[in-house]
Amino acid sequence: MLEKFTVIRGRAVPLRGEDIDTDRIIPARFMKSLTFEGLGQYLFYDERFDEKGNPKPHPLNDPRYQGATILVVESGFGSGSSREHAPQAIKRAGFRAIIGESFAEIFFGNATAIGLPCVSLAPEDLGVLFRKVEENPALEVEIDLVNKEVRFGERVAPLFLREEAREALVEGLWDPIGELLEAGELLDAFDRKLPYPRRAE
Amino acid sequence: MGKTLYEKVWEAHEVRKLRNGQSQLFIDLHLLHEVTSPQAFGMLRDLGLRVRYPHRTFATVDHIVPTHDRTEPFQDPLAQSMLEALRKNTREHGIPFFDLGSGNQGIVHVIGPQLGLTQPGMTIACGDSHTSTHGAFGAVAFGIGTSQVRDVLATQTLAAKRLKVRRIQVEGRLAPGVYAKDVILHIIRHLGVKGGLGYAYEYGGSTVEAMDMESRMTLCNMSIEGGARVGYVNPDATTFQYLEGRPYAPKGAEWEEAKKRWLAFRSDPDASYDDVVTFLAEEIAPTVTWGITPGQAIPIDGRIPLLEELPEEERPVAEEALAYMGFRPGQPIKGVPVQVAFIGSCTNARLSDLREVARYLKGHKVKKGVRALVVPGSEWVAKKAEEEGIAEVFQEAGFAWRMPGCSMCLAMNPDRLEGDELCASSSNRNYKGRMGSPRGRTVLMSPLMVAAAAVAGEIADAREVFGIGR
Repeated sequence: MLEKFTVIRGRAVPLRGEDIDTDRIIPARFMKSLTFEGLGQYLFYDERFDEKGNPKPHPLNDPRYQGATILVVESGFGSGSSREHAPQAIKRAGFRAIIGESFAEIFFGNATAIGLPCVSLAPEDLGVLFRKVEENPALEVEIDLVNKEVRFGERVAPLFLREEAREALVEGLWDPIGELLEAGELLDAFDRKLPYPRRAE
Repeated sequence: MGKTLYEKVWEAHEVRKLRNGQSQLFIDLHLLHEVTSPQAFGMLRDLGLRVRYPHRTFATVDHIVPTHDRTEPFQDPLAQSMLEALRKNTREHGIPFFDLGSGNQGIVHVIGPQLGLTQPGMTIACGDSHTSTHGAFGAVAFGIGTSQVRDVLATQTLAAKRLKVRRIQVEGRLAPGVYAKDVILHIIRHLGVKGGLGYAYEYGGSTVEAMDMESRMTLCNMSIEGGARVGYVNPDATTFQYLEGRPYAPKGAEWEEAKKRWLAFRSDPDASYDDVVTFLAEEIAPTVTWGITPGQAIPIDGRIPLLEELPEEERPVAEEALAYMGFRPGQPIKGVPVQVAFIGSCTNARLSDLREVARYLKGHKVKKGVRALVVPGSEWVAKKAEEEGIAEVFQEAGFAWRMPGCSMCLAMNPDRLEGDELCASSSNRNYKGRMGSPRGRTVLMSPLMVAAAAVAGEIADAREVFGIGR
C-alpha cells in the first residue's frame, strides 16, 4: 500500500535560484552507482562543499534548517538531465515535498513517481514564503493537497498541482506500476499491432 | 480539423486511461544505457517481474566509457561495475546489447538512428533527456526517469500526460557557416529554457525542410534545453532516404508499406497548434553561450548583455552566470581565451559534423596550449571517419582522436575539465560543474565554431578563421 499524501507539515529550507538544473542537484560523478542508496549525502554537493570537502555557506548546511522536510525553490527547478538520482537524493536527504514556482517536466514526473510532491505557488505567495522562512527558520509550513493550499503563519496560499498528479498523491496511486500491469493481455494486442525494429536477414 | 503528428502518434499508442486521468502509453522502442538502468533492473527483481517484450529494447554503454584507453577492467572500478551490470542485465533478460567493440557501440542517440532502430510514428523512451533527438524522424521520443525505465521494462508502457504542441517555423536559407546548432541555440535564446514546459516542439518551415537528418537530430536533441520534453520534425523524403537500407529498417515490400504508414503520421495541413512561433534563418548568426544555461546565448559578434538590458526576471541568473564565468557585462564574447576544445556528444558527434569540420580544419593547427579532443558518436562513425581520412585531418591539426562515448559532455568518465578551465564545446549543457570540475566553464557552439576556437585559442568566428562566405 502506498502512502497517501494529504497534509504534509514541517519546517522548510529556502533555496534561492532560478533554473536550478539536475547537475547541480546531484553532480554526475555521484551517479556512478548501481543503486540510489546513500545519494542524500551528495545533494547539492558542489554548492555545499569546496573542492577539499569543507562546507560552504549554504542553506542546507545552516544548522537553523536542520531537520527541515520541505524544500522551497524558485522557478524552472530540476531542468536538464532526466536523472531520477536528483529527486532520489532530495528524498533520501529527508525531504518530503518541494514548493516552487515551476518545475521541469521530467523532474516533476520522476519526483511524483517516487512520492515526492512538487507543488507550485503564485510568485507573490512564493516570495512571501521565502521571506518568512528566511526570517523564521522554525516556521511551520503545511501543504494541504486535499484543499489545495499551503498554509504558513497567517497566510493561506492556493497551491497549483496538475490534477492527475494531485489525485495520484492523495489516493496513494503515485507509483503507477500496479495499474500499468493491470492492462495485462491488452498489452499483447498493442505489441502485435505496433511495428518494432526487425533485422532483415 | 486536422491533427498534428504528436496527436496521431499519441492516439495510436494510448492503451487506456488511468484512474488518475493520465494515459497508459505504449512505447514502441526502449533504449537503455548503463547509468539509469541498473536501479530499474533492481526494482524489477524486487517485484519479481520480467522484461515483457525484450524485442523492443536495445542497449548500449556510453556515459561511463573511457575514450582514451578502453582496456578492461577500466581504471575506475565503479565504471567497470556499471558496464558489467548492464551486460548481466541484458543477457539475463534477452535484450540486444551493443557492447564495446561490437562495431555498433556508441552514444545511444547516435546509434538508434544510425542502425535504423529509430523510425517515424514510433514512441521512443530512454532514461536520458536527449531522447528528444529521435524526434528528427517524426517519432515522439522523450527522456524518462529510472522508475519509468522499470515501468517500460515490465509493461512496455508509461503513465503519461498529453502535451500541448508548439509549431516552431524557421524560414529561409541559413548563411554559410551557420548550422542547426546555431538555429537551436537561437530558438532557446528567444523562447527561454522554460519556454517549452508543457509543450512538444514541432519544427518546420523551409529551413528545417532543407536540413539533412543529422541537422534535424541536432535541432531536436536540444529541445529539452528549451524546456520541451519532446521535439520532432515531420517525416519526409529526406527521412526515408536516410533510413533506407539501415540494418533495422524495414526491407522489400515492408519498406514500401512502412513509407505509406509513416507519411500518414505527418501533421495535417489544417492541424491546429496550441502556439506557433516563426524565426527567420537570415537573422541567425553563429551563436554561442556566455552563461550557465543554454538560453544565455548571443551571436558571435555580440556582447555579453548588461544586466539592465535583460528582463528583470532574468537578472539574478545572469548575475550568477557572470560571477561564475568571470565575464564582464558588455564584454564581447569573441576573443575570450579557451583552454579546452571538445567536439562530441549526442548533439554533434555524427559523421556529417566531423566531415564538415574536417573540410575547413585541413591545413590549420590547434593553438599551442589548447587541449583539443574529438570524440566520435559511435564505433561506426569512428570507423567511417578513419576510412575517409577525417581522423587524420583532426590529428594533424592537433586534436586528440578518441574512442566513442559521452566523454566530457558530462564527465562520468576520465575526460573532464580541471579547475576553472574554459571549454569551447559542441555539447548541449553549460551548467555549472557540468564538465566535471565544480569551477569548469562551458561555452556551447557548433562543432565548426569549436574548431575555430581551438585554432584561434579563443572564442572566434569560424567564418573569419576559415574564410567562409567571402
